[in-house]
Amino acid sequence: MTGPLEAIADPDVHAAFREWLLRAADDELVIGHRHSEWTGFGPDIESDVALSSIAQDEIGHARAMYAHLVADADRDTDHLAFSRPASEYRHGIFVERENAGWEWSIARLALYERYDALRLRALGASNQEPVAGLARALLREERYHALFADTWLVRMCGGSPEGHARVQAAIDAAWPDALGLFERTDADERLLTSGVLPAGDPRKSWEAAVRPLLESCGLTVPSASAREGGRRGTHTPEFERLLAQMTEVRRSDPEARW
Amino acid sequence: MVTPAALTEAAWDVLRTVEDPELPIAITDLGLVRDVQVADGRISVRLIPTWTGCPALDVIRTRVREALRALPGVREAAVEYTYDEPWTMDRVTPRGRRRLEAHGLAVPRCRFSEPPVCPYCGSHEVGLDSLFGPTLCRATYICRTCRNPFERFKPPEDPEDLGS
Repeated sequence: MTGPLEAIADPDVHAAFREWLLRAADDELVIGHRHSEWTGFGPDIESDVALSSIAQDEIGHARAMYAHLVADADRDTDHLAFSRPASEYRHGIFVERENAGWEWSIARLALYERYDALRLRALGASNQEPVAGLARALLREERYHALFADTWLVRMCGGSPEGHARVQAAIDAAWPDALGLFERTDADERLLTSGVLPAGDPRKSWEAAVRPLLESCGLTVPSASAREGGRRGTHTPEFERLLAQMTEVRRSDPEARW
Repeated sequence: MVTPAALTEAAWDVLRTVEDPELPIAITDLGLVRDVQVADGRISVRLIPTWTGCPALDVIRTRVREALRALPGVREAAVEYTYDEPWTMDRVTPRGRRRLEAHGLAVPRCRFSEPPVCPYCGSHEVGLDSLFGPTLCRATYICRTCRNPFERFKPPEDPEDLGS
């Protein structure tokens, strides 16, 4: 499979960049599915619509990125999205976790959106057109997601002590998996030396973005270390269940045209 | 024999008849059409999406492709979305803006961050109800002066200077 990403001459670097892009697409697909589980179950109608819209955005973003990784976007995108064994998905464990209450989903949204924005900014500033142009467009859409997450984070933390305590517990629970998004593989080393993406320390930039947000809500920044695996295809039983569910319709008739 | 220039003109005429399925506005007035190229009876149209995850994108692409294929002298029509240029409010024509306003939407001049104005009474005393309205491109508000709920067109945020 070659596809439209052909600008990189070195095959090892090319493969590493594909891997990097696949991670981003898989993150978006999987978190989009998790957000969509709030459809019909949000704490109020506006939040219900918001999470459904964010889900729609993320799955649309995944689709647009997958289109750069397949030879024929019309034919192969669904195949890439829905016909892989779990071990071939490259999203972080963080995005596959089951929703554990509204405060958990908002905590994940706030932490994930900071991460995603940094990633899209790096891709948007790279020389990898046309996917860099796509990243710049997605970045403009993602900013509304962060705005929504922040509003809820502030609201829950500024309410009763119980609300504050529950958000802190959600952040504490989310932290190791959130750090796991930064898991590095050989692909990262190759990309770093190739100069395909701008240099920088993504985790440091992320912590610098997340810390003021949490502190402004009176939250303590956890000190736990990362829980990794997702970027190498090692997932949890939570993902097995999600994958079974999100591929159910496709498996019933893999050749169906929509 | 249809000349390439005549076919290009005919293609633009057809594009002006294709409406967004979620808003009563032609895709040309919404500024979705990036360019039209014609060669040997083959028409290639590039469109700029407003929102990447918008479910109307596939509908619009199908409508454009079918409308172009129905033109005399067209052997093939290809329609693709491009991101090489950002879609912004500047791309909406004055007529498109009037159509959106006639539909009851508040329409920012160029940025979502501008102070919103009630489309019914012109008041600035309005409150955001939700950033996410009935479609990805609409947010909902309440006017504190005339007490009406209203929707406002929501473009993606301004392009960022990526410092590259």
